[in-house]
Amino acid sequence: MQRSQPVDSVDLRSANAVAAASAAEQGAGEIAERLPGRTAPLSTVGDLTTRPQRSLWADAWRRLLKNKLAVIGLSIVVIFTLVAVFAPLIAPYGESEVVDPRLARMHPSWLFPFGIDANGRDLFSRVIYGARVSLVVGVLAQAIVLAIGIPVGAIAGYFGGAIDGFLMRIVDVIYAIPQLLLVLLFVNWRGPGLANIFLAIGLVGWVTEARLVRGQFLALREQEYVKAAQVSGAGNLSIIVKHVLPNSLTPIIVAMTFGIPTAIFTEAALSYIGVGIRPPQASWGQLVGEGSKPGYVQTDPHMLLFPVLAIGLTMLGFTFLGDGLRDALDPKGND
Amino acid sequence: MLRFALNRIFWFVPTLLAMAAVTFVIMHLTPGSPFDTSDKVSPEQIAQLERIYGLDKPLYQQFGLYVWNALHGDFGISYHARPQTVREIIGRTFPISLHLGAMATIFALVIGLVLGVLAAVNQNGWLDYASVSLAILFYSMPSFVMGFLLILLFAVWLPNHGLDLGFRVGGWDSPIDWVLPTIALGAAPLATIARYTRSSMIEVIRSDFVRTARAKGLDDRRVVVRHVLKNALIPVVTLVGPIFAAVGTGSFFVEQVFNIPGMGKFFVTSMQVKDQTMILAVTLLYGVFLAAMNLAVDLIYGMIDPRIRY
Repeated sequence: MQRSQPVDSVDLRSANAVAAASAAEQGAGEIAERLPGRTAPLSTVGDLTTRPQRSLWADAWRRLLKNKLAVIGLSIVVIFTLVAVFAPLIAPYGESEVVDPRLARMHPSWLFPFGIDANGRDLFSRVIYGARVSLVVGVLAQAIVLAIGIPVGAIAGYFGGAIDGFLMRIVDVIYAIPQLLLVLLFVNWRGPGLANIFLAIGLVGWVTEARLVRGQFLALREQEYVKAAQVSGAGNLSIIVKHVLPNSLTPIIVAMTFGIPTAIFTEAALSYIGVGIRPPQASWGQLVGEGSKPGYVQTDPHMLLFPVLAIGLTMLGFTFLGDGLRDALDPKGND
Repeated sequence: MLRFALNRIFWFVPTLLAMAAVTFVIMHLTPGSPFDTSDKVSPEQIAQLERIYGLDKPLYQQFGLYVWNALHGDFGISYHARPQTVREIIGRTFPISLHLGAMATIFALVIGLVLGVLAAVNQNGWLDYASVSLAILFYSMPSFVMGFLLILLFAVWLPNHGLDLGFRVGGWDSPIDWVLPTIALGAAPLATIARYTRSSMIEVIRSDFVRTARAKGLDDRRVVVRHVLKNALIPVVTLVGPIFAAVGTGSFFVEQVFNIPGMGKFFVTSMQVKDQTMILAVTLLYGVFLAAMNLAVDLIYGMIDPRIRY
């Protein structure tokens, strides 16, 4: 989404920043390849690189910090990650430690800020440990998505023709089937548990990534710098890895910030249905499932409220961050 | 136009067949029989049941038979809810999902358009920031988080604090039960529509013909309604088709959270009990719905923008 920006100055600055960034990475010799045709001759560009320039990333970072929503999002994501990593240090009780069965469904108090669940376990500790499951699923599922989606999309987009047609038809078929259905199929087949959950989400989710990368590659392979690299005898693999991929990085990063929360949500949804993480391991979705059992909602809403808020806040944080990143990395703002 | 529509419908047949085939093959690749979910059934009984339903035949024969029967409107018997037929079950539950989906789509469309237009017209003003923030908030909340938050607020917290608006924790009996699910289901589409409307409006506002309209002395309201909105609507129309297809075939989570007897639950429960006939039917129904919506979108294009010809 486009936000208020003095378009004239920002555009210039980013164009220079791109030049500077590529110069820093590639050395002055390759600048010519990477610049769009309409920019100044090489000599002028050479001058630019000798001046102290902010890199593309530093520039994006500055823009990100100016965006209030993005900073809120970043803070939520950082807190979430810290909580997940240091869960055993933060949580006052163990993941499935029963504090006292007689306290079952006790409402929040100073001693138990989120209250006690139906089995007499501290909900605060359960929610904190639940963050771990979410983080692991989010990151590992996204890693699988990248590992499959980028090569497939790159090959399809770069080579085009029959290879593209073949790969994209596969992608289309998978894409046409509701994703949750496929994830459920996989989990039914391999059984519940943490590893199968992130495998399922990753193995189903790569199609979107492949489409995105393919689109980027289709557009970029016509650029002069790719033609120049081809003419100068660079191999296809080296062109893909060294030239086209680095220039497709920003949409991939943005897609990642949206892919992680999607995976986190899918895990929560599966665990809520009861086919995800196995109890007694704590997962937010499974806590929501427990708290939303008939009868509990009206009398003990705390059992539902805190896990729901945890999921909601995490989604919100990643979305704010992803939105801000998109604006920051692409000041021209193509929505 | 007619030729275009017929062509699209014609090409839709192989796509549907491919969808059915893929779902079919995947269903059969997963081990286990739809009949071994209850422990009371002996292996002999399972074998007998599988023979009755033709599951002992080779896969291609089963698939051929399924397609043949489906072409005659027979989608088989639900393995899980025997002796009910898939048609009976879908005939009972689909209207409920469609009803909820239609309400959610209308809600999303109306509020989303208003928010998007207000944001674009007041670009960078407080109204813009407010509606953009609201859109991101709605967009990021999964429907079941949204649903539970609405229940906790309107059906638990407010009544406990003396403000009982009549909302209940779940159910589908009276129109008041429709309100919260509609909001929960429509929230994310609303956000998407608002965002697209905003960016598309902003793009159009900058174009030459809008400047001309202003220059010839039209007031702001008329410029926005007659010139900007009409041209900005095209990308939004693209969105509404798939959105309606997605929410109109039922959302498992919203139906689960609010205890609504719709069709959405079969996307999940049938999968768990390997009720193959149900899964195939709901998948195909979604596919047909989506394709019909996409076709409708393309036809509506031509009406909004006379430059588009097929």
